[in-house]
Amino acid sequence: MWKFFHKLASPPHFYQFAGKIVPWFAVIAIACIGYGGFAGLFVAPADYQQGDAFRIIYVHVPASYLSMMAYSIMAISAGIGLIWRIKLSHAVAAAAAPLGAWFTFLALATGSIWGKPMWGTWWEWGDPRLTSELLLLFLYIGYMALRASIDDIAKADKASAVLALVGVVNVPIIHFSVEWWSSLHQGPTLVREGGPAMAPDMLYPLLAMILGFTFLFGALLLGRVRTEVLYREYRARWVRELLLGDGGTT
Amino acid sequence: MMEVLAMGGYGNFVWGAYGLTIIVLAVCIVGGPVRHTKAINDVRRRIRAMEAKS
Repeated sequence: MWKFFHKLASPPHFYQFAGKIVPWFAVIAIACIGYGGFAGLFVAPADYQQGDAFRIIYVHVPASYLSMMAYSIMAISAGIGLIWRIKLSHAVAAAAAPLGAWFTFLALATGSIWGKPMWGTWWEWGDPRLTSELLLLFLYIGYMALRASIDDIAKADKASAVLALVGVVNVPIIHFSVEWWSSLHQGPTLVREGGPAMAPDMLYPLLAMILGFTFLFGALLLGRVRTEVLYREYRARWVRELLLGDGGTT
Repeated sequence: MMEVLAMGGYGNFVWGAYGLTIIVLAVCIVGGPVRHTKAINDVRRRIRAMEAKS
């Protein structure tokens, strides 16, 4: 097992391996999102309190979960890169940031669209969940801006890794904000004591959407890491063989 | 059909949220291969420039 991960940390092996598994991730994502989206929109019954507006959770919850997951991946990878100096880790962190920013934007936007009919407002500045999620978007933007402002990749990796690690404190704050403070946002419905507070015909499409979004994120992340690896390794012999010689698929 | 589209009076919100999701996911999905193709061309150009120098 360790041998496999050790080998995977090598850029040429990762590049080839990721290229092979991305299509499989994409197929699983399409199947799960296809089922989850259809069942969430047309099969699941309307919520007794929120009516059909509750169907927004099938896109809002996976996007919110991935916004935090992407930041965690980014921070962990940045930390590994900073401590053990594994080059691939910084590539993973750099690739995760724009995806995380998109999913955070999506979580905020769909949450806002949901908030209008449910809370009577698009946005509430005093709400801890909303503002901490917005802070997450700013952290992603700050991380990307910092990387873009430093020409030297090694220096950009180090500086942005520190920012990613400092900002990771916001992830548990987002998650627990609805329990720690008074919030317009509803409390946890999936991960809670006593199990999920949802009927199975509402729950299964949501789980399928979460799984589908996760695999989609995985496919997108691996694809972006491959691109990042190419830029970082362009002096390496394997890249030259791959792109100019008979090195297989690019 | 109209009942499905109306979503109990929340049609604008529900379809708006799903429409936005489709747009964002499409940007992410299309952006990946486009960036990768650009990277391949950029890196090829850099390698050729390096080889021409040496």
